[in-house]
Amino acid sequence: MGHHKTFSDDPKVDPALAGKLFKVGIGVGVVGLLATAATLAMGEEGRHQFFFSWLTAFSFFTTIALGALFFTILHHLVRATWSAGWRRTAENIAANLPLMAVLFIPILVGMHDIYHWTHEEVVATDEIIKWKAPYLNTGFFVIRAVVFFGAWIAMALFFRRNSIKQDESGDVALTFRMRWWAPVCTLIFVMTMTFAHFDWLMSLDPHWFSTIFGVVIFAGAMMSCYATLSLIGLWYTKNGILQNTITQGNLHDAAKMMFGFTVFWAYVSFSQYYLIWYGNIPEETAWYALRLDHGWQWVGIAVLFGHFMIPFWFLMSRHMKRSRTALAIGAGWMLLMHFVDLYYMIMPTLHHGFHPHWADLTALIGMGGLFVAFFGRRLASDAVVAYRDPQLVASMEYDNV
Amino acid sequence: MAEMRKNWGLVAEFDNPGALLEAAHKVQEAGYRKWETWSPFPIHGMDDAQGLGGSRVPWITLGGGLTGFTIGLTLQWWSGAVAYPLVIGGKPLFSWEFAVPVTFELSILLAAFGTVFGMFILNKLPRPYHPLDKHPDFRGVTDDKFFLSIEVSDPKFDVHRSKAFLEELGGRGVTLVEE
Repeated sequence: MGHHKTFSDDPKVDPALAGKLFKVGIGVGVVGLLATAATLAMGEEGRHQFFFSWLTAFSFFTTIALGALFFTILHHLVRATWSAGWRRTAENIAANLPLMAVLFIPILVGMHDIYHWTHEEVVATDEIIKWKAPYLNTGFFVIRAVVFFGAWIAMALFFRRNSIKQDESGDVALTFRMRWWAPVCTLIFVMTMTFAHFDWLMSLDPHWFSTIFGVVIFAGAMMSCYATLSLIGLWYTKNGILQNTITQGNLHDAAKMMFGFTVFWAYVSFSQYYLIWYGNIPEETAWYALRLDHGWQWVGIAVLFGHFMIPFWFLMSRHMKRSRTALAIGAGWMLLMHFVDLYYMIMPTLHHGFHPHWADLTALIGMGGLFVAFFGRRLASDAVVAYRDPQLVASMEYDNV
Repeated sequence: MAEMRKNWGLVAEFDNPGALLEAAHKVQEAGYRKWETWSPFPIHGMDDAQGLGGSRVPWITLGGGLTGFTIGLTLQWWSGAVAYPLVIGGKPLFSWEFAVPVTFELSILLAAFGTVFGMFILNKLPRPYHPLDKHPDFRGVTDDKFFLSIEVSDPKFDVHRSKAFLEELGGRGVTLVEE
């Protein structure tokens, strides 16, 4: 009575559904981003608000896309079986990295408003920033950004194209080829991901440094990637897509990884805080001093409880991870918390007291619209699952006990 | 004259994991309750086939973790702030920040102890003697053999009918094992 399954779903999505996703996404995106741009007409303060809100939303979606890119690399690196059904979805999310590169342009335009170290008079008078100038200067910053996006887009396209080639040919050699590149891509990913966030987020306070900062961002990115995959998987199966391919066991596994990275995020975030607290050196503590005062401390406590303490107990049980409703709530909540976490890293640079602005929300919704739209376009263009992946059937048969 | 011993149960050998899994499904469907499968490695789907519910080990793990958490926290607070207050490095006598690593490690340690020893206790280990040890071929279960046993204490057990049933399922060398 062996339960041998075969792939029986339609690998294509109804083009009308994907088309609707694209149209609605573009609509929401254009309206949201135009609304955000209205702040540009509100003088210098509005301009600052625009760029910081933009950077926060940009970081949110870039980390999700990067998480999905690493998910794909990781799948090949460890020859995973369970994630075979998820792989194409992750490849499709990572394929939004070119979109993120376009959305990065406003940050280059607004560099002078966002990054304190771009001001020449500051570099001339500030001893610490002067010493960092060989790295922190506008020209090198732009070059690095080009390199980061170049590497990410190349990797995202490489894995997605080879994967789609396999849909046509079923050639197992393509799997081996992707596996061969996975360790190289891991190294490239880790370095670019770390330095990109040193550049884009850590340098918001050019005096401050934390060597674990890249890992904190990575943990949040991976957690958000699994949360996004869970939500997409729930959406697929609800709409009759891949109903026999994305099993309850697959959803359970994605939720487990999300839970694991929630804990990992707490571990590395605390490590960062702990060493700075213990070392008690002014140039390091200033970063937290700003974030533990003038209302920001409440955001910090919200992150501590909302990003770790509460989800830890909520997501721990097997029952929660296997309930569609509980998983949807959990995954949605973790995405929200990832945003709040980034907000807590970025926004105190602009507002020394907690000061939420509607542009934060419109930027998030607008960029989310574009993100969903281009994801939807890829749903329509190719199969939504790598249905000739040699591991796919095994991933469907597998379940968690 | 040899001492009379009670019967423990019937044991049958199966050719491969698939055959064992199939037999397990049928034994479960037939309504047996005190029976077990034996294999050199875990077989996917066997938990379902045997109708085993969730394990109780996670609760012991949780208990161990919470115990470690409490001990870690009180140990540092009591020794540092109550029993032997000493200012070190200008730090407070007690604060949650520096208490985290030790509390965390003790939670993990006792949770791990709870998991391992809880599993031992629930499996009634260590167990130096088991009736199946006397079965001549049973040693192979650590190598390449697959067995299924039904105990005498099962309410549905009947030497003749159960034996015929196991043979019908494809079990070879069905033997009655003494306690």
